[in-house]
Amino acid sequence: MKPRSIFSLLLLAGLVCIVSCSRVQGHGGEENRLSLTGSSTIAPLMTVLAARFEQEHPGVRIDVQSGGSGRGIADARNGVADFGMVSRSLRAEEKDLLAWPIARDGVSMIVNQKNPLANLSREQIRSIYTGKIRNWSHLGWEGGPIVVVHEAEGRATLEVFLDHFGLQNEEVRADVIAGENEHAIKTVANDPRAIGYVSIGTAEEDIRQGVSIRLLALDGVEAAKSKVAEGQYPMLRELNLVALQEPVGLAAEFLAYVRSAAADDLIRAQSFTPLAH
Amino acid sequence: MRNHLLPWRIDAFWRGLFLLAAACSASVFLLVFVFLLHESAPALQQPGVEAFFQDDSWHPTSQHFGMLPMLFATLATTLGAIFLAVPLGLGAAIFRRFYAPRWLAPIFHRLIEVLAGIPSVIFGLWGLLMVVPAIAQTWGGPGQSLLAAILVLALMILPTVTLTADAALARVPGSILMGATALGLQPGAVIMRVALPAARSGIQSGILLAVARGIGETMAVMMVAGNKVQAPWNLLLPVRTLSSNIALELGYASEAHRAALFFGGLLLVSTVLLFLLPQWCWPRRKSR
Repeated sequence: MKPRSIFSLLLLAGLVCIVSCSRVQGHGGEENRLSLTGSSTIAPLMTVLAARFEQEHPGVRIDVQSGGSGRGIADARNGVADFGMVSRSLRAEEKDLLAWPIARDGVSMIVNQKNPLANLSREQIRSIYTGKIRNWSHLGWEGGPIVVVHEAEGRATLEVFLDHFGLQNEEVRADVIAGENEHAIKTVANDPRAIGYVSIGTAEEDIRQGVSIRLLALDGVEAAKSKVAEGQYPMLRELNLVALQEPVGLAAEFLAYVRSAAADDLIRAQSFTPLAH
Repeated sequence: MRNHLLPWRIDAFWRGLFLLAAACSASVFLLVFVFLLHESAPALQQPGVEAFFQDDSWHPTSQHFGMLPMLFATLATTLGAIFLAVPLGLGAAIFRRFYAPRWLAPIFHRLIEVLAGIPSVIFGLWGLLMVVPAIAQTWGGPGQSLLAAILVLALMILPTVTLTADAALARVPGSILMGATALGLQPGAVIMRVALPAARSGIQSGILLAVARGIGETMAVMMVAGNKVQAPWNLLLPVRTLSSNIALELGYASEAHRAALFFGGLLLVSTVLLFLLPQWCWPRRKSR
């Protein structure tokens, strides 16, 4: 190739770079638009809530994108999104943000339906997850070696689980790291020796559809959405909307809407528990 | 401007158009590479490149960034899958080219093409629901394992190996094969000693393509590999590949953790480059 054509090739490549780098900024400032990003647990709920809100407020556009609670925090901080969606309580270093709870979600231990054990104590679950108990026979069931299903670092469900049992992620000796709730459920449903933890809402929905898993009671409280609603169930997480400042105008209106009783039926339909009003 | 292949002057308009197409495809790679470098820059300064290779575990939210087990796991899954898929694919291509009855050959070819078009998530689901329980029942262990990943990945790259080998064998001139037969060689010898060597370079690039695909494959491997971060010394225990690691954690990562995941991406692209490099540095012999 001659020098000139190499030069023009580079020039074109540079042009493509410039065009692709100058991305469109978020719609934070626009009148009739709202944008929400973050937790993939909350995003489906927000999508249906936003659709109803748009119907009642013609001309309003609400953009919902999922990408994990971490992204919700980051986007709310640098103003790319009007609200970040975060499926856990804020940590100490995140207290520069304001958070508004919109619903609750319980996390439950699950085992295969073939597993006969009705109840596991807090200490037993800790021992299973730290590798001190490796066989179901220690717990009175000849089920073979325990297959411990855990979640990937950074996931909100994992943090709720670690928090509740007072575990550090480094101590956990897992056999399988699941990519998401459904992956964990399929793993447990397929292996009588497995134990895992998932969102109660998702698990109840799957059990209704005949998936062979069972929810374990925790500290003597049955794992059920009703117990989550009453606030009795101990392993809970909060679903939050976060922002850097007190919202005004449309954003304030939307926030009030999703926290009002008008949103309860949609929150229940997504297997979460609405707040008490 | 003259081109060494065409003796006449190339139409400026068409030249511009094709140059644009070439620039677009070339710049995609550059863009991706620059993007990866840019996003992983914070991790390259703090904790620094050494941390990725020397830390003894992967707990990025508590500042442990060891990635070596995942790099080894990526290589083990890919090489294991290649080890299974190459003999199988080559055999299938030879069968279709030289042994299959006239009516069967095109059907077989279509079948392999369809196999190539099956989305990876389907392979993953099949692996999770069929292969994993079978492994757990036969050999024990959690079932989601290096072995499951190798088996599923081998099936996924099989069509790549088969189709490229088949195309390479098809390009071997019939006159060579007839000449070999006329010299009195048995059919088996014609295939092994004449056809295969003549098609070597095509088969090789097919294998490289399969390696590149294997290193990058994410979804199916993530669903069956178990994703525990550990060195791949036991076929029956779970492993996590670099690509699965990104898919598992990127949605939930911020700051140093996020940058570390992008460094994993950089490592992944570099590994693919490392496999392709020999072919660039020592251009293959002219086959004809």
